[in-house]
Amino acid sequence: MLHIEDLWVEVHGKEVLKGINLHINQGETHCLFGKNGSGKTTLLMTIMGFSGYKVKQGRITFKGEDITYMPTNQRAKLGIGISFQRPPTLRGVKLIDLLTICAGSKEIGQGLAKLYGFDHFLERDVNLGFSGGEIKKSELLQLLAQNPDLVLLDEPESGVDIENLQIIAEMIRKLLQKDRRRNRTKSGLIITHTGFILNYVTADKGHVMLDGKIRCEGNPVEIFQGIQKFGYLECVQCNM
Amino acid sequence: MDDQELIKAFKPAPEKDFSSEELSEDELLRLRHAGIELNTDKKAGSFLQINQAVKHCQAVPEGVEILPIKEALKKYDGLKDYWWKAVEKDKDAFTKEADQDLDNGYFIRIKKGAVVNYPIQSCLYIRDEGISQKVHNIVIVEEGAKANIITGCTTHPHLKSGLHIGVSEFFIEKGAYLIFTMIHNWAEDVYVRPRTGIILKERSVFVSNYISLKGVKSVQTFPTAYLNGEGAMASFNSVVVAPKGSSLDLGSRVVLNAPKSKAEIISRTISYGGSVYARGHLIGKAKEIKAHLECQGLMLSKSGVIRAIPELEAHVPDVDMSHEAAVGRIAQEEIEYLMARGLSDEEAVSTIVRGFLNVKIEGLPPELDDEIQEVVKECQKGM
Repeated sequence: MLHIEDLWVEVHGKEVLKGINLHINQGETHCLFGKNGSGKTTLLMTIMGFSGYKVKQGRITFKGEDITYMPTNQRAKLGIGISFQRPPTLRGVKLIDLLTICAGSKEIGQGLAKLYGFDHFLERDVNLGFSGGEIKKSELLQLLAQNPDLVLLDEPESGVDIENLQIIAEMIRKLLQKDRRRNRTKSGLIITHTGFILNYVTADKGHVMLDGKIRCEGNPVEIFQGIQKFGYLECVQCNM
Repeated sequence: MDDQELIKAFKPAPEKDFSSEELSEDELLRLRHAGIELNTDKKAGSFLQINQAVKHCQAVPEGVEILPIKEALKKYDGLKDYWWKAVEKDKDAFTKEADQDLDNGYFIRIKKGAVVNYPIQSCLYIRDEGISQKVHNIVIVEEGAKANIITGCTTHPHLKSGLHIGVSEFFIEKGAYLIFTMIHNWAEDVYVRPRTGIILKERSVFVSNYISLKGVKSVQTFPTAYLNGEGAMASFNSVVVAPKGSSLDLGSRVVLNAPKSKAEIISRTISYGGSVYARGHLIGKAKEIKAHLECQGLMLSKSGVIRAIPELEAHVPDVDMSHEAAVGRIAQEEIEYLMARGLSDEEAVSTIVRGFLNVKIEGLPPELDDEIQEVVKECQKGM
């Protein structure tokens, strides 16, 4: 579904991604581990096509289409969705307006918000005064309304308390069709720092990023255990 | 042009009686764009002044009294406790002019304890080219009363130039509550000089909404609220658009004279070629007051200017005062956030601008939304 080949990306004139190769098949969920500044968020932003992330070399294809230089909204229309770690505040734009944009229908937005106990936020300005957990819920609601085929999640569990973690996990499981045992069609790429999300959401593959390169691939739980035990460097070395 | 020259540049409105004249469809639409819907049952009263003359003045519920100010002055013995008590008579050339050569204005009194649900509409309308209109308004909200006033200020659809001088004095008594929404919809060569003072007693609340979406030559205003009673609160919200050729010098000032009083000034400004001063001045003179000021400005074209000038002034130690101001173009991050949800670049910009101009105030006619849509379109041209 998503194929990234030899991707080199510059941000503000600085080389951040240095030859990334990544392949995610339909129905697979991948996890991306790595220290702060290793390039994880840059990879997600580049897949989504944001300005400021300049592709110097390489190719991204999605559903067989070359999307390397495609505008962000066309990627969204093609079926890629992203949950931001720190989304901007949109003054005067109500959450229900945004959910309506995502779903193409007000009723779907309202129904989803109700389902996840977030309906009292519908008339609030998007992200204005939202807590960490509320931001994540709002982001995931937008994604559920959008219903993308490839879900990019940037640290979905950061800043979320235990109680809300359950709901967040439930939303992610819904996005990635985790209650199905077979014939999943949705794919996911999840950046996780703490790995907590792995307790709730199963992943098929893990990758460790270090200094703009993917240095290790394998079973996500095993990789995460390695990171917990030995830190990133050891984890990377043992698999080189 | 100095103030005196400006006043002299416009002739006084000639004596004219509009009582038997009907407003055309064009004019009624123009009024709706200024927030005034004359043909509705959902109002608690209405007042319409054309040029110098009061055309229409009517109060519906018992607790509301609306009079032309000249009648009120006679009825209430010169309104001694109110007349020039919240605004200084000798403040400037415009207040002096309004004092010496008054056309008319409205007197609105909400009687003690009355809770008025529907809005009271007042409209100041300049119908003839090149004249000045000088009004003096008094609004009294008596103890425990609650009301909502919408004032639309506008000109004839084909008129280009004029001068409007408007003195407004508000008296919000103990525990009273007033929402005052003013919509300016002037013409491109109109000069506007409102002079406004608001005096608030204990636990009273004054909420001001100011909306100006259309071109106007020049507006200069700096309403001042005096929180004289403990726990009083004043809130000023403004949404202002300055197209090319408009010069707007707008501010709000709150003097927090009493303990535990609160003030908030929030201004949102868009320039696509025009010049705007967004001023705010909070003066803390009593303990345990809380005051916040916020100026947001969007520059949507290469010409024009927005100057945000927030000012905080504390006179005692135990105060909580803050401000934030941000001026610039629409953040790329916001546009791309919406693009990631499937909107095109243009759609994202208009969603953000529409949000910025979002004014959901009860009792405003839907035509005002059309007006906002039009502004959104205009703004896109400048991007």
